[in-house]
Amino acid sequence: MNRLNQLFQNKKESLLSIYFTAGYPNLSSTLDIAEAVQKAGADFIEIGFPYSDPLADGPVIQNSSLIALQNGMNLKFLFEQLKELRERVSIPVLLMGYVNPVLQYGVKDFCESCAAVGVDGVIVPDLPMVEYEEFYKDDFLNNNISNIFLVTPQTSEERIRKIDELSNAFIYLLSSSSTTGKNLTVSNEADAYFARIKAMNLKNPTMIGFGISDQKSFNKAAEYTRGAIVGSAFVKFLDSDNALERIPEFIKSIRS
Amino acid sequence: MNREFIKSSFKWGVNPKGYFGDFGGAYIPEMLYPNVEHLRQQYLDIIYEPAFQEEFNQLLKDYVGRPSPLFHAERLSAKYGATIYLKREDLNHTGAHKINNTIGQILLAERLGKKRIIAETGAGQHGVATATVCALKGLECIIYMGEVDIERQAPNVARMKMMGAKVVPAISGSKTLKDATNEAMRDWINNPTDTHYIIGSVVGPHPYPDMVARFQSIISEETKKQLFERTGSENPDIVMACVGGGSNAMGMFYHFLDDENVKLIAVEAAGLGVDSGESAATTSLGKEGVLHGSRSLLMQSDDGQVIEPYSISAGLDYPGIGPQHAHLFKQHRAEYVSITDEEAMQAGRLCSELEGIIPAIETAHALAHLEKMKFKGDESVVICLSGRGDKDLDTYMKYFNL
Ligand SMILES: Cc1ncc(COP(=O)(O)O)c(C=O)c1O
Repeated sequence: MNRLNQLFQNKKESLLSIYFTAGYPNLSSTLDIAEAVQKAGADFIEIGFPYSDPLADGPVIQNSSLIALQNGMNLKFLFEQLKELRERVSIPVLLMGYVNPVLQYGVKDFCESCAAVGVDGVIVPDLPMVEYEEFYKDDFLNNNISNIFLVTPQTSEERIRKIDELSNAFIYLLSSSSTTGKNLTVSNEADAYFARIKAMNLKNPTMIGFGISDQKSFNKAAEYTRGAIVGSAFVKFLDSDNALERIPEFIKSIRS
Repeated sequence: MNREFIKSSFKWGVNPKGYFGDFGGAYIPEMLYPNVEHLRQQYLDIIYEPAFQEEFNQLLKDYVGRPSPLFHAERLSAKYGATIYLKREDLNHTGAHKINNTIGQILLAERLGKKRIIAETGAGQHGVATATVCALKGLECIIYMGEVDIERQAPNVARMKMMGAKVVPAISGSKTLKDATNEAMRDWINNPTDTHYIIGSVVGPHPYPDMVARFQSIISEETKKQLFERTGSENPDIVMACVGGGSNAMGMFYHFLDDENVKLIAVEAAGLGVDSGESAATTSLGKEGVLHGSRSLLMQSDDGQVIEPYSISAGLDYPGIGPQHAHLFKQHRAEYVSITDEEAMQAGRLCSELEGIIPAIETAHALAHLEKMKFKGDESVVICLSGRGDKDLDTYMKYFNL
C-alpha cells in the first residue's frame, strides 16, 4: 500500500489533483510549488518531467516543457531536486512524462529513483500496456510504484477491464480524446461515457483529467468519479503575477 | 502481387508483434490506440483484397503513370566506371515516390469510412501527394508543415493550396518535419473518429512502417522486372537510395532484401558534417529510443530529449529513421552512409548537366555517394531517383548563383 492507496481508501470527499511541470517557471520552482499546492489543500500532485516532443500536450504544457528544458531540467536533475520531497510534502506525488526520457534513464533505475525520493506513482502515456506488462511491470511492483493508465471515450470495454486488472491505484479517465488544455465539454455524450464507466464497477477508483479548469467541470467530474486532475489551467495560472502566493485562490476557484 | 508471398513474414519483415528485430512497436498514448489498433487489425485484409489491388494498380498505372522507367544513365556510368541505372520516381505524377503511398492510404481511408485526411510534410512532396489523392477522392485535407519548410518549399505549398488542401504551419521546435509530425499526431488525438492520418514515410507506430513499405515496394518490384528484361538478371550488384524517414529506400530495397548478394546502401544527410552539430545523419549520431510512436534510432541527448536535426534538404531533415531501417542497420544488411549539403548540391548539379535530369536535393544525396565508391568497372548500380528538383530550384539558384 502506498500513499495513493491510503488516500483513496481514507478520504471520502472528492479529490483534487494538481499537475505542473518540473522546472517551470524556474528551475528551482518544483518543490516550492508542490509545497504551496499541498498547503492550499490539494489531495495529490502530478509533477511533469519535460520532453522535447510532447505530442499529447496542447500549447500550455508544450510551452512549460520547453521553458523547463531551457532552464536545464532533466530527469537526473529532477531526482536530485526531489531528494527533499518528503521533508516538505506529505501528500501522494506522481511523475508524469513521455517514455523516451524514461527509456534513456532506464526503466528499472527510474522506478528505483522514484521509490528512493518517495514518489508513489507514474503516468507515462506513450508506454504501451503490452510492453508494461511484458517487460516493466515487475520493476514497478518491486518498487511499489503505481503505473496509471489512461482511458478515453473510445477505449473498448475489454481494454478497460484489462487496464483495471493491471492498475493498483486509480484509472485516469480523459474527459474526451484530446490533447491537454482543451475545455471539458459538458455534453450528453460525456455524461453517457462517465456513466458507462461508473456502471462497470471497476475495482480501481477513477479520476477525470484533461480539460478540468473550473468549478463547473470539477463538479461534473466529481459526480461520476473520485475527483479530478487540473493541469493546463494551473500551469497557465503559474504565469500570472505572484502566482505562488495566490495558489490558495486558484484551488478555491476549482473546489470551494 | 502474390498475397501469400507478401503476407508470410519474410526474414526482414515485421513480426506479429509489430517489431523488426528490436525496433518498431506502437508507443502511442491511449488516445491514438483505437485508431492505430483498428488499422493494425484491418490493413492486410483491406490492402490484399482483390478489389483494392485492382483499384490500386489501375490508379498507379493511369493516374501516377507507372511503371516508372528504369533509365540507363550512360554519362554518369562513364564518369564513374559502373553501369548506373536510375529508377525514375521523379516521373510519377506529382514528382516523387511519395504518391505510391498516398494512393494506397487514400483507398484504405475510404474503406475505413474516414472523411477527413491529415498529413505531415517536410519537403512538401508528401503533402502534395496527399492533397492530390484527397482532391481525387473528394476528401477534406489538412497538411501540417514546419514554418521553416513552408519558406524553403514555397512552390509545393502553392500546389497543395491549388488542390484545396489547408496548410497549417507547425511553429514548435525546429519548425521542420519532426514538429509537423507532432502537430499531425495532436490533430489525430483531437479527432479520433472521422480522421485518417496518412503518414508519409516508413515511420510511426506499427502498422505504418510495414504498410508504407508495402505500398512503396512497387519500386523494387518493377525494378526487378525491368532489369531482367534488360540484362537477363533481376539483381544488380548495388541498390542505393537516400533516407529521410526511409520510404523510398525501403521501397527500393524491399524485394532485394532476401537476395543477400545485392548490396544495399542507404544515404543519410550529414548537413554541414556529421560532427558539426548541424546534421541529420541518424545512424551515425542516433541511439535507440522512441519517437513518433516507434522504437528506432533517434538523435537525442543523454536525457532522451530529441536533438534538432539539420539538412539543406527538407525531406531528410528528420532526427530519426524508420524501425525497419534501424533493424537493417543493426544487422548490417544495409550500409548506412552520409553526405553533406555541399556534396549533395554538387551531385545535383552534375546529374543535371550529365543526364538532363534535375533531381530533388534529397535524391542528390544518393547520387553524391557515387563519388565515394570504388568500382571495378563492371558493377551495376540502381539508384532510386526519388524525386525531381522543381521544388528545389530556389535553393539551387541561391546556392549556385544561377
Ligand atoms: C524526393 C524525395 N526523396 C526522399 C525523401 C525522403 O523521404 P523518405 O526517406 O521517406 O523517402 C523525400 C521527402 O520528402 C522526398 O521528397
